[in-house]
Amino acid sequence: MPAAVVVRGLAKRYGAVGALRGIDLEVGEGELVGLLGPNGAGKSTLVKIAVGLVRPTAGEVHVAGSRAGSREARAALGYLAEMFRFPGWYTADEVLELHQRLAGSRGGEAERNRLLDLVALTQSGDRRVDGMSKGMQQRLGVAQSLVGEPRVLMLDEPTSALDPVGRRTVRLLLEELRGRGVSVLLNSHLLSEIELVCDRVAILLGGELVAVGSPHELSQARGVELETDAGTTRVAGATREDAPRLVAAAVAAGREVYGVRVLTSTLEDVYLEAVGGETS
Amino acid sequence: MTAVWTIVDYGFREAVRRKMFAVVIVLTIAFLFLFWLANHYVFRDLSTISPPADVHVDTRTFAGAFLVGLSMFATLFLGVVLAVFLTLGTVTGDAERGLLQPLVARPIGRSTLLIARFLGAGGVCIAYVLAVYFAGVLITGLTGHWYPDQIVWPGLELAGGVLVVIALSLLGSVVLSSTANGIAIFMLFGAGLVAGLLGSIGHALNSHTIKHASTIASWALPFEALYQDGLRMITEHASGLTGFLLQLGPFGGAYVHGWPIRLWALVYTLGIGAVALVSFARKNL
Repeated sequence: MPAAVVVRGLAKRYGAVGALRGIDLEVGEGELVGLLGPNGAGKSTLVKIAVGLVRPTAGEVHVAGSRAGSREARAALGYLAEMFRFPGWYTADEVLELHQRLAGSRGGEAERNRLLDLVALTQSGDRRVDGMSKGMQQRLGVAQSLVGEPRVLMLDEPTSALDPVGRRTVRLLLEELRGRGVSVLLNSHLLSEIELVCDRVAILLGGELVAVGSPHELSQARGVELETDAGTTRVAGATREDAPRLVAAAVAAGREVYGVRVLTSTLEDVYLEAVGGETS
Repeated sequence: MTAVWTIVDYGFREAVRRKMFAVVIVLTIAFLFLFWLANHYVFRDLSTISPPADVHVDTRTFAGAFLVGLSMFATLFLGVVLAVFLTLGTVTGDAERGLLQPLVARPIGRSTLLIARFLGAGGVCIAYVLAVYFAGVLITGLTGHWYPDQIVWPGLELAGGVLVVIALSLLGSVVLSSTANGIAIFMLFGAGLVAGLLGSIGHALNSHTIKHASTIASWALPFEALYQDGLRMITEHASGLTGFLLQLGPFGGAYVHGWPIRLWALVYTLGIGAVALVSFARKNL
């Protein structure tokens, strides 16, 4: 799968503080990669460098084959910043129209209506931004990032202000985008969301990449739990493949088996193990 | 060009929706009314003013030039206020509020964005300064039957002075927060004013040192030198004691600068603009 985003040896220092320390990462075409890590791990810095808002100290990032920050790279991507605001005096439709003009999109009113529809703001096109809730503004931000049908999407905490229904809307949207071949780099604190939608997960800690893989790959077997008339026993190190043998052995030993459960670590376990309890 | 006009339109709408223009128009109407009132009373009482017999002062020229000079200072001040409030948060301020990042991430280029903001603010301020300047000239002309020796050039130089301030404010917006930038620009404006007053003192005392210091300060802040040059041109044909008194000028002396200062102001503005573009291109947002 060719890479839509290529990060090589990326480092960024803010004075004496090393925000990123040699990151290597790729996002394939149509792949959805989630960035995880505690506050200050360097996730937003990585995304900002990829978008061209921040200059790297060392290393390079290429987006859709062009150097990050170049006009070609910016033309290929859509971006939702973590801390963004739209002018309060603009209506939702005007915000999208402004970005259509800046992105050179010729989608016109049809594209704007489609995008508002995608983020469940169909009836809010003529509503001013300062009259919208934070969640509505965030959904408008997601719509803005999709103006011009970008090949690569960089979303920095796109669901932080959304209620469960709003999160589900964005999650379904991301799945639809993946189906259309759009590559997504998703920065989020919401592990459950990352686990649900992402093809791969990258965990950052102190500016370094400490784990990369699919949620399934990262999840490790943690044993098998057997519930019998003698109580619940946990066989550490056992895997799904060991379950029939363990049940057969228990039955052969005269035990009555009521249940068997294969234990695997969740993404949360993997994350906590990787970051070692770091919160900032 | 589409991106430039999009950003110009964005800045213009921002000013309209934030009611900046409404406030400026109301205050300008109030200023022009008070200015008319001043003209009315000054010229009504002009016939009662009788300077000593051995003092040869053209009272109408003196009063008219002084009033137009005052209106020029007010016009420059109001133009600078408008310019500063249109531009003080263009980069750092908008970035801190999260307004800038979605725009800069688009394929328009940072230089395009900054140039467009300069053109937008410049267009608005030039129109405003010329309108207020010509209104002031017209009020004095219609009320006191006195018109400046040069009518168009002083207005253009005031507008040029405001463009210099816009360039400085945009550069400040790249490196300073909105509040710090606003303070810095108004302090520079104040420094220019002091330079002009210093020149008046030097002229009255015929001190070459003070005049020289004033001239250097005015060239370092060319909006002040352009204003002084505009003052000079409204009474360029005045001579004798009238000419001397008018050279003292309101809020700064009227000294000859001519084309060199116009060219210097252009180079200065382009230089400041270039520094702003380079700084913005290197800035982390």
